Amino acid sequence: MSAASLPPAIEIHALRKEFGEKVAVADLTLRVERGEVFGFLGPNGAGKTTAVKMLLGLIHPTAGEGQLLGAPLGDNYRRARVGFLPEHFRFHDWLTATEFLTLHGNLYHMPHDVTDRRVPELLELVGLSPHAGKRLRAFSKGMLQRIGLAQALLNDPQLVILDEPTSGLDPVGRRLVRDIIREQREQGTTVFLNSHLLSEVEITCDRVAFIKQGEILRTSQLQTLVEGELTVEVRARNLRPEIIAGLSRWSQNVRADGEHLSLTLTSESDLPLINRYLVEGGVDVYALRPQHLSLEDLFIQVVGTDGGL
Amino acid sequence: MTTLVIARLTFREAARRKILLAALLLGIVFLTIYGFGFHYVNVELNRSGSSPGPLERNEIRNFLLMAGLYVVNFLTVMMAVLTSVDTLSGEIASGTIHTLVSKPLRRWEIVLGKWLGFTGMLTLYLLLMAGGVIGLVYLISGYSAPHTSQGFVLMWLNGVLLLGVSLFGGAMFSTLANGVMVFGLYGIAFLGGWIEQIGSFIQNQTAVNIGIISSLIIPSEALWKRAAFEMESPLVRALGFSPFSAPTVPSPVMVGYAVVYAIVALILAIWQFSRRDL
Repeated sequence: MSAASLPPAIEIHALRKEFGEKVAVADLTLRVERGEVFGFLGPNGAGKTTAVKMLLGLIHPTAGEGQLLGAPLGDNYRRARVGFLPEHFRFHDWLTATEFLTLHGNLYHMPHDVTDRRVPELLELVGLSPHAGKRLRAFSKGMLQRIGLAQALLNDPQLVILDEPTSGLDPVGRRLVRDIIREQREQGTTVFLNSHLLSEVEITCDRVAFIKQGEILRTSQLQTLVEGELTVEVRARNLRPEIIAGLSRWSQNVRADGEHLSLTLTSESDLPLINRYLVEGGVDVYALRPQHLSLEDLFIQVVGTDGGL
Repeated sequence: MTTLVIARLTFREAARRKILLAALLLGIVFLTIYGFGFHYVNVELNRSGSSPGPLERNEIRNFLLMAGLYVVNFLTVMMAVLTSVDTLSGEIASGTIHTLVSKPLRRWEIVLGKWLGFTGMLTLYLLLMAGGVIGLVYLISGYSAPHTSQGFVLMWLNGVLLLGVSLFGGAMFSTLANGVMVFGLYGIAFLGGWIEQIGSFIQNQTAVNIGIISSLIIPSEALWKRAAFEMESPLVRALGFSPFSAPTVPSPVMVGYAVVYAIVALILAIWQFSRRDL
């Protein structure tokens, strides 16, 4: 079967979760295609982890429905094709690294010869080969995260769900995670990345969703998102009020402060038009600097600065 | 299959955490002390000529055997509860459960696997301890109590029953709340047993009824009383009173109730663990 004819990796509709009075996830509708690297962004407490746990059947939704790889959420058989790295990466720390991965191979119902081959491969991949015989109790936070990642990839999954995969890692570890995600994408694996480390998402993801208070505020291709929106800083003299007011046809977000003017645009092609408008209006333009928004700017713009509290 | 993987994991955890070693070493210490104690009493019994007579000698041997098994019964219950009290609630609280439950398995397989692992440990422990006591008595004095296999099964059932309750509590509450609940229930059964025993001795039906009600709340003490009844000497049985059993012997119906209780506790543990959010 080609990727196009396969059911989407994730498809959820109006998923909702209440814990007593508290609404953790209000109304989540989402579709992630096969082979995508999808970033799930939001401030702390936005309901990201609850949403991920519902995908995996760890938490039963209050309402709504969904499918993972074409099977209902929590379906036992499909979970054999899913890999998961939980947020707090707490594992049975009295096992050695090799024993830990072998155990999870058994839980994936992998044949013994496959497990015996895959376990050293994955230890090598995450850079833990020298610590294969060491108990997880002696592992640092970063090492635990690496072994957790190995565990999530053990079964050669079609869908990998990573909940904050880089939060405990140093820069070397983060690069490793990035490389692994890239590698997974090349193999056609779908990656669902739950993160608030925006620089990571910016580098790795194809598409992102912004979530706040349990609702998706916006879903977008990362490329168009970042390339599409830009701010323009202008330094000019003779900025008359009626000229500034006239800029509203290109931007709803114009701020003027003496010689300085800043405005947000949705398209780069508006730049020469604005320049001509200013010059023909008698304004002396000294500088006109377009700047693309970073994902962080976008995040603040979409989610707000209150952190969802 | 997955159930067996979890059962093995449970066993291995107990081994790695030195629980098995501690239980084994202290068990050996217990049996050593018991063996020496029994040996010297037995030497004294054999030396003292015709008084006490051979029949009374065996009464004393039986009394000592029951005292040993009484402690073994208590230790087995402790072992069943202490090993399992933290197993579900602890894994839920720490988050180690997340990597397990997100695997292609059903939640009942986790609970059943843990139950199997703990039941295996419990069985080995009881074989060592009860088998040790019964065996030492036989080796030293040649005395063997009646119906020891029935007694063994009843003591085993007692451990399994409390294991089921402890697993259910672990799926429902925090570790601490679970421990308070299980030992609270055990305390009720213990107290109820004594009230029943004394009530029966002074022929007060209300006190006996209180004992029966406490056995219905949790039939663990009733199981021990039935086990003691099975293994005690015919004379004590005829007299109908000893520190370890009551004149009102729990009926086979109560034993059947305990079997159902143990099974229902396990089913409830599975049900509660399957429905809860993790």
